[in-house]
Amino acid sequence: MPQKQPPRRQSFSVGRGARRRDEDSGTDVGEGADEWAQSKATVRPPDQLELTDAELKEEFTRILTANNPHAPQNIVRYSFKEGTYKLIGVVNQLAVHFSQVGNLVPKDSDEGRRQHYRDELAAGSQESTKVVISETEIFEEEEEPKEAEAETEAGSQTDMPVAEAAAKVTEEELMTHKQPKERKLTNQFNFSERASQTLNNPLRDRECQMEPPPRTNFSATANQWEIYDAYIEELEKQEKTKEKEKAKTPVAKKMGKMTMRKMTSMESQSDDISKVTQAAKIVERMVNQNTYDDVAQDFKYYEDAADEYRDQEGTLLPLWKFQNDKAKRLAVTALCWNPKYNDLFAVGHGSYDFMKQSRGMLLLYSMKNPSFPEYIFSSESGIMCLDVHADHPYLVVVGYYDGNVAIYNLKKPHSQPSFCSSAKSGKHTDPVWQVRWQKDDMDNNLNFFSVSSDGRIVSWTLLKSELVHTDVIKLKVEGNTTDGLDGLQLHTVGCGTAFDFHKEIDYMFLVGTEEGKIYKCSKSYSSKFLDTYDAHNMAVDAVSWNPYHTKVFMSCSSDWTVKIWDHTIKTPMFIYDLNSAVGDVAWAPYSSTVFAAVTTNGKTHVFDLSINKYEAICNQPVVAKKKNKITHVQFNPIHPIIIVGDDRGHVICLKLSPNLRKMPKEKKGQEVQKGPAVEIAKLDKLLNLVREVKTKT
Amino acid sequence: MGETEGKKEEADYKRLQTFPLVRHSDMPEEMRVETMELCVTACEKFSNNNESAAKMIKETMDKKFGSSWHVVIGEGFGFEITHEVKNLLYLYFGGTLAVCVWKCS
Repeated sequence: MPQKQPPRRQSFSVGRGARRRDEDSGTDVGEGADEWAQSKATVRPPDQLELTDAELKEEFTRILTANNPHAPQNIVRYSFKEGTYKLIGVVNQLAVHFSQVGNLVPKDSDEGRRQHYRDELAAGSQESTKVVISETEIFEEEEEPKEAEAETEAGSQTDMPVAEAAAKVTEEELMTHKQPKERKLTNQFNFSERASQTLNNPLRDRECQMEPPPRTNFSATANQWEIYDAYIEELEKQEKTKEKEKAKTPVAKKMGKMTMRKMTSMESQSDDISKVTQAAKIVERMVNQNTYDDVAQDFKYYEDAADEYRDQEGTLLPLWKFQNDKAKRLAVTALCWNPKYNDLFAVGHGSYDFMKQSRGMLLLYSMKNPSFPEYIFSSESGIMCLDVHADHPYLVVVGYYDGNVAIYNLKKPHSQPSFCSSAKSGKHTDPVWQVRWQKDDMDNNLNFFSVSSDGRIVSWTLLKSELVHTDVIKLKVEGNTTDGLDGLQLHTVGCGTAFDFHKEIDYMFLVGTEEGKIYKCSKSYSSKFLDTYDAHNMAVDAVSWNPYHTKVFMSCSSDWTVKIWDHTIKTPMFIYDLNSAVGDVAWAPYSSTVFAAVTTNGKTHVFDLSINKYEAICNQPVVAKKKNKITHVQFNPIHPIIIVGDDRGHVICLKLSPNLRKMPKEKKGQEVQKGPAVEIAKLDKLLNLVREVKTKT
Repeated sequence: MGETEGKKEEADYKRLQTFPLVRHSDMPEEMRVETMELCVTACEKFSNNNESAAKMIKETMDKKFGSSWHVVIGEGFGFEITHEVKNLLYLYFGGTLAVCVWKCS
């Protein structure tokens, strides 16, 4: 096919030439339609051979192959690799018939891309394509250079083909484009107008009225004398405050006094309230008297008539119940009647659950006001024991779970203890299980004893403003019964849990331990025990001397037993098994043979040995709920009542029925003997029975 | 009684009464303190020209707390004003001056 191209081209240009000739002659002017039809006529080149029909019809068969017939087929070249001449099998079949250097650049060739990039830099990306197109036009147009231009100048555009005209336009555009610095001229006719009408939103009016900022009127008169007066007044005020400050500063030197002053000033400030307190207290008591009138009547006058028919047994009549919200869920760990005011008693709150220790409370209730404590003191550590001083009923000593001992003064209005031991001043390292006031020492200093699980029994003396401690005794597990076999055992300390001092023999006291042993000790021997009793199998919860009989004491333990001893005999006189851990025992103040014991199953047991030496004459559950464990019991020194505390913070007051406090019967004008001697004799009589049995066996 | 004594007292009085004495104010604490300080500085700066002092106070107050403040400074005057609540300060200064600052738009 490439072979045929040159002749066709020629014919085309010839055709054109013919057309031009026509135009020149002017014959065809106005017959533009014929010009189009003419292209269909066969055009003959001038050098065409004249052939006859036969010659024309003659067939020449030619087979076109891809092989170049002129290509050499036996090229031999020297192969440097093998060092010989070698025949080359593959021959290039390409034959070039025509080549012309053009200025067309393929778009995606390297150069084209470069040009494209350049154009882009110059004007814009869109033009570059146009440039390429227009260049092709130029190439086509080259063959008829000047005549075409003449035509356009002549203005005879009518017979120009539309495509050509368009090409002209682009060419002109191109010319302008080729100057890179000029801005691209957009075709200002190449646009379309568009318009649309949208619906306008209707307009609305909104109004609001605000309240004006509030205003007030103010009026005054300023003149010299008013200003003067105001300043003078202010000056006086300032002077007064200065004086006050001056008056205060010297007091500040002594801290103690200052606090006192503050207190008094506070009091004077809150005068209006403190004036009312007394009245309020009276009213409170009156209200309580009214609400608890029936209880008060029972307390004073009720005697259980049924006792007469019950022969020996007695009952306990619940009277008041004391509890306080602040001490809720805190076990009652100590009870003590006030020795001077028979209606007042102190309650120590803490916890016997040693995994759950929290705060402590010291409350003092009066029977005259069961609804609210007379005094409230709270402490960070749980209270384990307390005692009220016999001669100074306002002094309460308490022992804490953390090993400290402290003295509260009920006269002092603040809630902090007046004296408190500290780690420096020899506090116990374990819970303090019992504290007990002692008679004043030789220098008339107040002093008390304390016992703790750390095995020490300490005497504390109040010197002016501090507590001085002296270790009285250190408990050893083996005591004075030295086996000498195991040296180590001698050093392990016993854990004291309870003690009691002999009523008459000043130096003698008993100590109960966690191991179940009871030691009889003397204040003067710090290393030796006077006696050791193998009393219980578990911790001794309380030991108590009989208030009348100087030889008899009683002990109770978690091993369910209460035992009564003669301190001269190493075996117990009486043993009572109460079927539950015994929390506390207390001798009755009115009889040598009556005592009460409380157990963790919520029962109170009252014994009168003179009536029944085998079992309790009263055995009564006294707690509100079955779960509550009773922890402590105390007899009122005067009235026939007991108070019982449980592990939920309740304290219940119970009245003993007549059978429980039976006195020797008055017989036929016989003068009834009364007094301690009778009580001692009564108990002795009982003991003798036992002693006789023991000696016999 | 002697004039000398009176003079002495007066001198004492003048010497002592340099502090501002708030007679009436319903401003918040912070605002009151600031306004008071402003009054003191203005009165000290223009000790013999109450008008300038008042102008200074008014302009500063307008800047700090919004427009429409009014200030009256004088040694003797009576007034009855309407003011926006929490925007009034009436104080004495220097023993002889009364300053009333209020806002009312």
